Amino acid sequence: MARQVLLGDEALAMGAVHAGLSAAYSYPGTPASEIMEFLIRLAEKEGGFKATWSVNEKVAYEEALGASFAGKRAMVSFKHVGLNVAADPFMNSAMTGANGGLVVVSADDPGMHSSQNEQDSRFYAQFARLLCLEPADHQECYDLARRAFDISEATGLPVLIRLVTRLSHSRSSVETGEPRPQNALRTGDWKDWTLLPVNARRRFRLLIERQAELLRLAEELPANGLTLNDKDRSLGVIASGIAANYFREAAAKEKSAPSFLKVSSFPLPAKLVRALVDHVETVLVLEDGYPLIEKELQGFFGVPGKRVIGRMSGAVPASGELNPDLVRASLGLAPLPARAPSGVPLAGRPPQLCVGCPHADTFKALNEARAGYPGTSVFSDIGCYTLGALPPYNAIQSCVCMGASVGMARGASDVGVRPAVAVIGDSTFAHSGMTPLLGAAAANADMTLIILDNATVAMTGGQPTYGSGERLLRIVEGLGVPKEHLRTIEPLPKNHGKNVQVIKEELEHHGLSVIVAVRECIQEPRKKKS
Amino acid sequence: MKQDIILAGVGGQGILSIAFVIDNAALADGLQFKQAEVHGMAQRGGAVQSHLRLSSERIWSDLIPRGEADMILSVEPLEALRYVDQLRLDGIVVTSSTPYKNIADYPDLDRVLGEVAKAGRSVVVDSEKLAKEAGTAKAQNIVMLGAASRFLILKEESLRSLLETLFKPRGAAVVEANLKAFDLGRGAAGAA
Repeated sequence: MARQVLLGDEALAMGAVHAGLSAAYSYPGTPASEIMEFLIRLAEKEGGFKATWSVNEKVAYEEALGASFAGKRAMVSFKHVGLNVAADPFMNSAMTGANGGLVVVSADDPGMHSSQNEQDSRFYAQFARLLCLEPADHQECYDLARRAFDISEATGLPVLIRLVTRLSHSRSSVETGEPRPQNALRTGDWKDWTLLPVNARRRFRLLIERQAELLRLAEELPANGLTLNDKDRSLGVIASGIAANYFREAAAKEKSAPSFLKVSSFPLPAKLVRALVDHVETVLVLEDGYPLIEKELQGFFGVPGKRVIGRMSGAVPASGELNPDLVRASLGLAPLPARAPSGVPLAGRPPQLCVGCPHADTFKALNEARAGYPGTSVFSDIGCYTLGALPPYNAIQSCVCMGASVGMARGASDVGVRPAVAVIGDSTFAHSGMTPLLGAAAANADMTLIILDNATVAMTGGQPTYGSGERLLRIVEGLGVPKEHLRTIEPLPKNHGKNVQVIKEELEHHGLSVIVAVRECIQEPRKKKS
Repeated sequence: MKQDIILAGVGGQGILSIAFVIDNAALADGLQFKQAEVHGMAQRGGAVQSHLRLSSERIWSDLIPRGEADMILSVEPLEALRYVDQLRLDGIVVTSSTPYKNIADYPDLDRVLGEVAKAGRSVVVDSEKLAKEAGTAKAQNIVMLGAASRFLILKEESLRSLLETLFKPRGAAVVEANLKAFDLGRGAAGAA
C-alpha cells in the first residue's frame, strides 16, 4: 500500500497497471491524453507492458482488441468523440466479447472545455449493452479500473469506464494496492471472434443473456451506495459520478441531508433505485452529462405518485458542466455569501496561437492568396490551427470532426464551390485525412488541401505523429496526388511573398493539389530543452 | 482546518508548478487535498486557473463553491480580479503587480491594482522585479508562492523541500534561484 499524488487520469492508469495490464493504446485528446502519457512514462521507467500512441482511436481499439484476443489484459483510452471514431470495433467487440480483460476508457467533456460537443459516453455502453462504470473520485478511478478488468474477465465482455474532464484533470492522493501478474497467452476461440451471421446470432443471444449478470454486478458494486433519511421523506437525490461530490459538498453543510443514492454503474442498480424512489416524494437526478438516469426513471409516463426532476425538468440546466453552485441551487439552498465581482471590465483572455507559431504564417499567406475569391470558405479541422477561426486570422470557416475538412472540401467542390480549400494538421491527416484524400485523388477533385506539418500533436501537448516530413510527402504522392501539384512551403515571415504565390497558383489550378506547410511546432525545441 | 485556494495566471506562467509544490507539501503535512486544473486548448496563452483545496477532513467537491475560497493566489493582477467573486467575505488576494499584456483591450493597470486593493485583504508583490533579483525572470510564480506561504496552512519547510524536488533535475543553480525567489516573495509579503 502506498499513497501517491495522481490526476484522475493517472489514478485510472495506475489501477489498470496493477490489474495486470499487458498493452494499452490511445490517440491524444483532451481530457484523456494524460492516461497514455502516464502509462508511457511508467513503461519507460519500469517496463513490463506496452503503452503506445496509435494512429487513431479505431486503430487503438483494434490493437487493444487483438491483445485481448490473445488472452492478455488490454486497455484503450480516448476522449469521448474518439469513441465515435472507434464505434465500429466497440459495438462489435460486445459481440466477440473479451478474452483477456478489455477496458475501454472514454473521457467526456461536459461544458466543452476543449471539445466540439458534450456527448455522454454512458449511452454508448447502453447501446452496446455493456457495463459502464463511472468513478466519482481519484480512489474510485484506481479501484474501479482494477475492478473493471475483473468484471471483464468474469463476464467475457469489454467494460467501459466513463470519466469527465473535471475528474480527469483533478489531482489528489490515492491509496494503491499490490500489483498482480499479467495473463499468459491464451488465444480466443475463432467461432466467437469470427462474426459471420451464424456466429454473430449466437453471440448476440449470449450478450442478451448476460444482461442479467451485468445487472447483478451493478447491484453488488460497492461504489453504488444508498443512504435513507427516515425523518424527512420529501426529497431524494440520485447522483452519478462526480455529481455525487457536489451534492455531498452541499449536504455536509446542512443539519439534515436528503436521502441519497450514489451511482457509479450502468446498468443502474435497480433495487437501490427502487428503494430510494419508494422512500421519497420527489427525486432529484444529478448527472454531469445528458439526462440518462432522469430519462430512464421518467420514461414516457413518469413514476406514478412521484416527481422526477433534473436536467429535463429544468431543476438543473439542460447543458453544460455541473458545479457545486448549480447543485446547491437545485437543492433549493441559498448561495453562500461571497464578494462582489470586480468593478473593472474584465477583458477576456482566450487561448491563442503562440507568438511565432508557423500556423500564423500559413494563415496570413492563405488569407492573402484567397483575397481574389471573396465569399469562399476554408474547411478546417481539429488542432491548434482551429484557433485560426478567431481574430486576428479569421482564416478558416469550419471545424467539425477529425479529418472532416478533406471530405467537406471535396463535397463542396462537387457542387460548384471554387476554390474549395481544406486545412488540416499532419497528425489529423494521418488520423482521418488520408482516406478522403485517396477518394479525392481518384476523382481528381477540384480542390486544394493544405497540410500543416509541424511534426507533432501540438494541441494536446506534443505527442508523436506518424505521418510527417518525407514520409508525409510520400504518403500524399502514394495516394495519387499528381507530383506537379504536390507543393511544399516553409511558413516563415521571410517567405511570405513566395508562399502567397504558391497558394495562388494551386488555387487557380483546376484539379487536386496539396500544399504541405513544413515547419516544426515552436514548442518542440523548448520541450526538448527542459 | 481547511484552506481553499484559487490559483490564477496566464498559460505558461507556471501555475501548475505552484500547484505541484502545494499538493505535495499538503501530502507531507498529512493534509488531504484536491486540485482541479485546466489542460489542453485553454493553456495556449489563455487565462488559466486551478482550484486547490486543502483540508484535515474529507474533501468532496473538486471545485471550490462560490464564497468558499480563502485565497486567490495569482501571478497576474487582471487574472486575480477575474475570480474575486469566488472569495469568502474575509478572503485574501495575493497577487503579482506585473501585468501580462497579450491582449489588445488590457484595462488600465492602475485601475486593476486599485480594484485589487478594494478587494478587502490583499498583498501585492512586484514579482518581476523580485524574480530578476533572484536570478531568473521565470521564477515569478515561485515569488508569488513565497508571498502566499505567509498565509498558507502548510509548513514553510515542506514547501521549500518540494521546491528542491521540483527544480533538482534542472541543476543546483536553478534550485538556488528558486529558493531565493521564494524567500524574496515571502519577505515582500511580510513587509506588505
